[in-house]
Amino acid sequence: MTEPLILGKPSDRELSEQLLSVVWRPQSRLWSLAFGAAGAGTALFFYCVYVTFTTGIGTWGNNIPVGWAFGIINFVWWVGIGHAGTFISAILLLLEQPWRTSINRFAEGMTLFAVIQAAMFPVLHLGRPWFAYWLAPYPSTLQVWPQFRSALPWDAAAITTYFTVSLLFWYVGLIPDFASLRDRAPGRLRRVIYGIFALGWRGSTRQLAHYRLLYVLLAGLATPLVVSVHSIVSSDFAMGLTPGWHATIFPPFFVAGAIFSGFAMVLTLLLPVRRIFHLENVVTQRHIGALAKMILVTAWIVIGAYIIEFFAAWYSASEYESYQYFIARPTAPGAAVFWVQMVCNAVVPQLLWSRRVRESGIALWIISVLVNVGMWAERYVIIVLSLQREFLPARWSEFVPTWVDIGLFVGTIGFFSLLFLIFLRLFPFIPVAEVKELNHELRKGHG
Amino acid sequence: MKPALLAEFETPEALLSAIEALHARGYRKLDAFTPYPVHGLEKALRLPRSKLPWMVLPFALTGGGGCYSLQLYLNGIDYPINVGGRPPHSAPAFIPITFEMLVLSAALAGLILFLVLCRLPELHHPIFEVEGFDRASQDRFWLAIDERDAKLVRGHTEPELQGLGASRVAWTSNPPRPPSEATAGGGAP
Repeated sequence: MTEPLILGKPSDRELSEQLLSVVWRPQSRLWSLAFGAAGAGTALFFYCVYVTFTTGIGTWGNNIPVGWAFGIINFVWWVGIGHAGTFISAILLLLEQPWRTSINRFAEGMTLFAVIQAAMFPVLHLGRPWFAYWLAPYPSTLQVWPQFRSALPWDAAAITTYFTVSLLFWYVGLIPDFASLRDRAPGRLRRVIYGIFALGWRGSTRQLAHYRLLYVLLAGLATPLVVSVHSIVSSDFAMGLTPGWHATIFPPFFVAGAIFSGFAMVLTLLLPVRRIFHLENVVTQRHIGALAKMILVTAWIVIGAYIIEFFAAWYSASEYESYQYFIARPTAPGAAVFWVQMVCNAVVPQLLWSRRVRESGIALWIISVLVNVGMWAERYVIIVLSLQREFLPARWSEFVPTWVDIGLFVGTIGFFSLLFLIFLRLFPFIPVAEVKELNHELRKGHG
Repeated sequence: MKPALLAEFETPEALLSAIEALHARGYRKLDAFTPYPVHGLEKALRLPRSKLPWMVLPFALTGGGGCYSLQLYLNGIDYPINVGGRPPHSAPAFIPITFEMLVLSAALAGLILFLVLCRLPELHHPIFEVEGFDRASQDRFWLAIDERDAKLVRGHTEPELQGLGASRVAWTSNPPRPPSEATAGGGAP
């Protein structure tokens, strides 16, 4: 841990200049290209949503017995990706880890946009999405209330809260940087817009005293949310009796997997952005290395959970559980996805033991992409492989996704990228005030 | 804020030592404006700890408690359905949403109370008209002495500040007071 968190000895002015200017620097060809691709993906997504709305849920490959498929896979995958953002910004803030500073805003943005993608799927998979408001306890003329003993209203409450608190946390963190932009951005229009977002922030110590406590308070509130959101998501499964779902390990297993995939996504996004915007001095090798080590740690938690799952299936002496884990997953239709999951989640991360791999940007990027693939495969295995080999062999069948399924999934990647690219253009994605504060502390510390 | 005398410093250390010196000379109504939180500044200004968390607590408890009662009333009393033989008052099943709503109420109340305590949003403020104050969000550290400070004497304090290392000293222009403050007293200079 001797590598520096900020390279060189930049002054406050240099840091302001470098980190704020990402907002008004003219856009490059590469950005326009990426923006076009992301826009096309977004269009595809909304077209598939349109098809789902107008024709119906029958356009998806879901059918009995596989009544849940891509919709819930994508939901769980995206929500999981969001978790590393909250982990970095909230838990590491409470643990006073200085290496979070340069990357927290970035990770929070990723969280927000991932949760937006996730939140759309439960609504879409309802079949009649325009009745989604039935989940809210409002005094309807039908005189029927939501059933709070079901895990599904829990999901609605968890996602809403998670999104709102993440948004507040992100916005509150941005206030000082909005004030900075108000005072520095070129052009009156930008200054006025950023000024409105800054709410008239003056950075007075009296304001900062409240501000700092609010920030820590929000971090403290977001921390249990990381655990609760994915525990609740996993309860959707664990409360069912389907072999492969009915496991007490699910809540911690899901949380670990979520943070695992989230850190991978942070690296997937951070490595190219760091290169393109020349941020090597504030996002140093130490940040990248720390993220890589977090992936390795969470990979081992996930591997531990796999071992427990298989052990519990054998130890339960339940025929159905044993069949599910020891025969269906490795050999039934779709077994290739199971092997992808095992290779990407258990084997590939082991490369991170090597310091040379951790220091190579390209290798790390490939590993992080593979981890995301592996985590998507894991959700596929849990949902589809479990449902297609339930208790009665007479009801066994196979799941085949339709083009709408695939379009929705690919489309969310495009929509996510679009939101992220807009974020990179409009907001300082490195927290300027926090980096300056850290820079000051480091300078003082080193004399 | 009332009219105030402002002084610009180049480093947080200079600001801190100036505050200590002014405090030793009897100045009491001080404030500082910095681009980032400076360690020790709150202590130097003798600011009390923010009461924000305590103010949020009742909102959080109301949100959580209200949500639990709502679930109990809806699923237990008004429209009880027998789900797998669970009792109408199935406390464990009501906990997750209760917890989520507790957190949500706390977060929303926290933001609103923060805005109230900081008197935000206040998009225009006379302090923004002071020349060079825009650097208070970049790399300069400003000190403010409220005009009502008993020790503040026009023409006398300015050189005192310069002696403490201020690179710039300026008054905020006397603002037309908003009606809500018109009765609160405080003379014009």
